Amino acid sequence: MARPGNGIVPMQVAQLPWKVLFLVLAIGGFGLVVLYSAANGNIRPWAFNQGTRFFLFLAVAIGMSRIPVRVLSQWSLPIYGALVVALLGVELLGKVAGGSQRWISLGGFQFQPSELMKPMIVLALARFYEMLPASETRKFVAIWPACVLIGVPALLVIMQPDLGTGLMITGCGVMVMFLAGVPLRLFIAGALAVAVAAPLAFNFVLHDYQRNRVLIFLDPERDPLGTGYHITQSKIAIGSGGIFGKGFLQGTQSHLDYLPEGQTDFALATMMEEWGLAGGVFLIVAFGMLIAWGIGVGMRAKTRFGRLTAAGISGTMFLYCSINMAMVIGLAPVVGVPLPLISFGGTAVMTFMLCLGILLSIDRDGRTKTRW
Amino acid sequence: MVRITEAAQTYSFSRRAVVLGVAQGAVGMVLAGRMAWLSVVENEQYKLKAESNRVNNTLIPPRRGWLLDRSGKPLASNRTDFRVDLIPDRIVDKDKLLAELTRLLNLPPEDLARIETDLKRAGGFRPVQVAENLDWDRFAAVLVRQPELPGVAPTRGYARHYPLGAGVGHLIGYVGTASAEQFKADKDPLLVTPGFKLGKDGLEKTLDHRLRGKPGAKRVEVTAHGRPVRELETRADQPGESIKLTIDSGLQEYVARRLGTNSGSAIVIDVASGDILSMVSMPSYDPNSFSDGISQLEWKMLSEDDHVPLMNKVLQGLYPPGSTVKPMNGLALMAAGVSPNERVFCSGALRVGSGVFHCHKKGGHGPLDLKNAIMQSCDIYFYEMVRRVGYDAIAPMARMLGLGQKFDMPFTTQRYGTVPDSAWKLKKYHHPWTVADSLNASIGQGYVLANPLQLAVMASRLASGKILVPRLLANGPSGAQPLPVSAEDLAVVREAMYGVINGGGTGGAARMYVPGVALAGKTGTAQVRRITMAERRTGVLKNGSLPFKMRDHALLVCFAPHDNPKYAAAIVLEHNGHTIRNLDTPLIGRDIMTYLFDRDQAMKTLAEVEPTWGGDYTTRMAAQSAAFRAAQAAPPPPAPEDTEEAASSLADQAANSTADSTKRDVAPTGSVEGD
Repeated sequence: MARPGNGIVPMQVAQLPWKVLFLVLAIGGFGLVVLYSAANGNIRPWAFNQGTRFFLFLAVAIGMSRIPVRVLSQWSLPIYGALVVALLGVELLGKVAGGSQRWISLGGFQFQPSELMKPMIVLALARFYEMLPASETRKFVAIWPACVLIGVPALLVIMQPDLGTGLMITGCGVMVMFLAGVPLRLFIAGALAVAVAAPLAFNFVLHDYQRNRVLIFLDPERDPLGTGYHITQSKIAIGSGGIFGKGFLQGTQSHLDYLPEGQTDFALATMMEEWGLAGGVFLIVAFGMLIAWGIGVGMRAKTRFGRLTAAGISGTMFLYCSINMAMVIGLAPVVGVPLPLISFGGTAVMTFMLCLGILLSIDRDGRTKTRW
Repeated sequence: MVRITEAAQTYSFSRRAVVLGVAQGAVGMVLAGRMAWLSVVENEQYKLKAESNRVNNTLIPPRRGWLLDRSGKPLASNRTDFRVDLIPDRIVDKDKLLAELTRLLNLPPEDLARIETDLKRAGGFRPVQVAENLDWDRFAAVLVRQPELPGVAPTRGYARHYPLGAGVGHLIGYVGTASAEQFKADKDPLLVTPGFKLGKDGLEKTLDHRLRGKPGAKRVEVTAHGRPVRELETRADQPGESIKLTIDSGLQEYVARRLGTNSGSAIVIDVASGDILSMVSMPSYDPNSFSDGISQLEWKMLSEDDHVPLMNKVLQGLYPPGSTVKPMNGLALMAAGVSPNERVFCSGALRVGSGVFHCHKKGGHGPLDLKNAIMQSCDIYFYEMVRRVGYDAIAPMARMLGLGQKFDMPFTTQRYGTVPDSAWKLKKYHHPWTVADSLNASIGQGYVLANPLQLAVMASRLASGKILVPRLLANGPSGAQPLPVSAEDLAVVREAMYGVINGGGTGGAARMYVPGVALAGKTGTAQVRRITMAERRTGVLKNGSLPFKMRDHALLVCFAPHDNPKYAAAIVLEHNGHTIRNLDTPLIGRDIMTYLFDRDQAMKTLAEVEPTWGGDYTTRMAAQSAAFRAAQAAPPPPAPEDTEEAASSLADQAANSTADSTKRDVAPTGSVEGD
């Protein structure tokens, strides 16, 4: 993978994994095209802002690739701890303000700890299993601390209430546990427990609006002009696009405002109306290649932390993309998870680029000959 | 428990990472599959949905076809109409908007209430009417403020216009918006498009399918918030067919005016073809104001009027034809073998069994042959002769001349009357026919009932000697078989009818003053009350001293010129009582016929007499309505929802009461003729 410098291009630049960066640039660039169209052929208000953030955070990701994996490993638990405190802070702040709140303001920058928790839970768990002696992996001591590590932030986020993010944090954590070698029967038992608990949770834990979303997901016609409207219009946009779409800037669902949230959560529908099935498959393949590369990075990683982190972070990316896609095409309830690099919104770009930066760092570590 | 080494752990990781990767790939496949399902398999369905989202179809009401008279003059046409509608989905602040519109357009509270209900019912882009028939000033006031009033749509449309106004009310009918029931019955969205009206009565209703035309459509691309983006396509409307009638609009107006304050009807038929040249029922309603939506007050006034302006008397009024049947009787008697020269002595009364039948002339006419009996309208002659041949010998001739007959006329409601005979009575009342029945029928009373159109047909058949069929639509079927009577018999009757007017008969007042044209006819009086023996002893009450509803009907059938008939007419005036000479049948008949031969003379006569009864019908209706308005200090009760249905039911009631009262009041024991 490593390429020698040819004299004109500096060694550090030449050594970057260009195939991956090209993939990310392709997805991000496509996202900007979609946002340009969503604004009726204007770079404002979305494409320009999004482009700025995209390149800013891409630079951050490339910068992060220089961070040694050792440092990531050492700092993972303290940062995780800080995020849990921040989540608590958000919760308390929300209580004081008399409403729900998901972010705290840090000097003009809106900081959403739950979002950062998505990759951080992976790092924290990877660090935990790295510290755990291999012989303890199948013992109880390998399980309960991981459950606590996952449970505390997940519950805090669900209480915000942000069920989508909470479940995603849980999902990311469980994937790392699976990769770390926790006995399979536990996952099977867990799946059964969820199957039993889900109906109970549906009836007793979920908020009315969440319950409603699930019901409408199961039957969008229930509420054709309310919440079901989103999913109905999204399906119309995608379905009417056909194989090759209506053409760039030709989408009627998005341009005539029938599709709500066409630039954020439902950007995929905006895209597929104009680019059709071809555009959708392109995105699935592109994200798939990125995630496959991430898993490959994990396979090549030298440390247990690196392996678990890389594969886990790939899982985070996977959850991010697939939850949004499933929601937009009517396979999952409307949960408010954006499609990274396509949907407008800085937080998702930031999280996704952090994931990329971590993967780049592990990739770099895996390719260097010398051990640290 | 197996001891797990770091190497084993790495191996386990690789295996599990591959499993996870494969699972993720599988999810990816599912997602792609679902996308393909939506965009390939269900593509058509979603394309349609996207299209119906995007495109808003607005119907353009078709221009209604005109109704033309025989020379092409419009009897019903379209004029430009300024209207204001509301598009419910585009309204931002309904209350503020309605308040502003009320201020700009002076909307009455009842309109405001209707708009509120319509808005609740409509929703979406289906426009709701605010006001129509606006003058330019009020329309312009809304037009200039349109940008500040989202949801308001000022539109230029078409409204129906009837140049003759009330003169064609019952003939042409009127148009109106479709009722909720009609929309429920045939879900045509055109029915609820503002500005669209369909025929509610008369020819407008029966010819509606031909007059209606096909709506145009405007396809507009709209945003989810209803803002129109661009017009995609406009398909022009296809105007309805213009239909030519046999009516002569000049004559129609003249007749309507000449009837004056009478409650009556008049029909003129072209003897050459059966064309109906005029068909007037007065008083009438103004179809212009009916088509605009009638006010409660106007409705109340019309429905309370004892001259029943809501009933088309030509087809729905049934009257005892009285002496107008005597020429027909004459034909029938001759056909039954009675010699026209045989004389009957009229002493003024005839005893039949226990009853006494009187002639209208108290002292009697003395000896009379058939011709003189018709000219003097002698009742005794016909009592005697019909008693001899029996009414069953007369009834076929009555039917042959059109009485009791159905004519295929483009109207929804017609009443056909009765030509009685023994079989009919047995079937209907389960009683045998009596001599008294024959005698009553012989003078057009008793069970005999006819509508004015049938009387006009009778006159036209007597005039032409052919079985003429009346027609109202130009280019309708024509061609008539000759009457199966001998020319000599017909000549006797026509001569008698000439004598009625020009030979010292009962209708001398109808003599025309057009050189070379003489009118032939037969007058009639139909009694609507029973005259008791006591009253007969003290002297029969004069009509002028009776209340309106108790007065006799006045009738006239006639044709001209007597020797080469061109036109035939029938006039029936309800409860006229022969009280005012200028408003009685002979002079009205004379003037209507004069119009056909010497228009200027007829107009001159009209100009002289019309002021005596308060001017033409438009003037009088305006005055009546103003007086009524003034009299109604208290707020009027709510008008019925659907004027059309109420109107027809009211007309039915009125028609029934006319028929019933005649039947009830004229007992078959005695009768009088007042000619």
